[in-house]
Amino acid sequence: MTAVIKYADVEVGTEIPEQSYPVRRLDLVRYAGASGDFNEIHWSGRVAKSVGLPDVIAHGMFTMAQAGRLITDWAGDPGAVEEYSVRFSAPVVVPDDDTGTEITVSGVVRKKLDDNRVEVALTARSGGAKVLARPTAVVRLA
Amino acid sequence: MAINREFLGREYTSPEPYEVTRVKIREFADAIGDANPVYRDPATARAAGYPDVIAPPTFAIVMGMEGAGQAMFDPDLRLDYSRVVHGDQSFRHSRPVRAGDVLTCVTRIRDVKALGGNELLTVDSDISTVDGEHVVTASNMMVVRGGAAQGSE
Repeated sequence: MTAVIKYADVEVGTEIPEQSYPVRRLDLVRYAGASGDFNEIHWSGRVAKSVGLPDVIAHGMFTMAQAGRLITDWAGDPGAVEEYSVRFSAPVVVPDDDTGTEITVSGVVRKKLDDNRVEVALTARSGGAKVLARPTAVVRLA
Repeated sequence: MAINREFLGREYTSPEPYEVTRVKIREFADAIGDANPVYRDPATARAAGYPDVIAPPTFAIVMGMEGAGQAMFDPDLRLDYSRVVHGDQSFRHSRPVRAGDVLTCVTRIRDVKALGGNELLTVDSDISTVDGEHVVTASNMMVVRGGAAQGSE
């Protein structure tokens, strides 16, 4: 119910250190099952290439969830994340090998709002591209 | 063929309530690789002030997808699913989804517009308990690639 980070201890510009999250084909298969999104572009290279993609791409929602982990781990209470929005700007391409790829996420406090809430701007990159545009979370701090 | 504009404002209500279980939350947390105990251990969740384990902030997509799917697969909407990519997504929580919730989802087509040869379809899914307590609203914009160009043929 209560975030670990205190509202009084953050300022506009406070940074959330960068984290990298690995993504392999297996992760996408598992996410397909758990989320119910079985679109073949997320597990079949043949289908992905047939619709003009370079290879299998991660579910946008998988990428959103990884960026969300940076926020929930930082806040200390996932329930403190009241709003979370992203725009999908580039696909996360996941090769069929043992290492896959990774999504690198960082964040910075952009605004201090009322009610102990802050707005955090995230950055998410994979394969040299920004994969989310303007990912933003509103978090209620302690 | 372009998306049927007459569907603007149309609502779809989930045919039956969605029962949120500990097992499903754990499965989802496993799938996003998140080991946080508040998703898994009822005692940890209670110590944090919740009645039971809570779900990650993006969990509502499980119900939101179902709601958006009802709209997208309505044949009269004339949406070509093979051309659809996810454009943007947002969640606005009144509180976290938790195990034991019995939720209904009402999905409304908020906007349909053409942009640069594509069509953009925006739907809002209001997810509330069967007792009427708002839990989360999931908004989803889908891009139908080439949809507008096709519609002008």
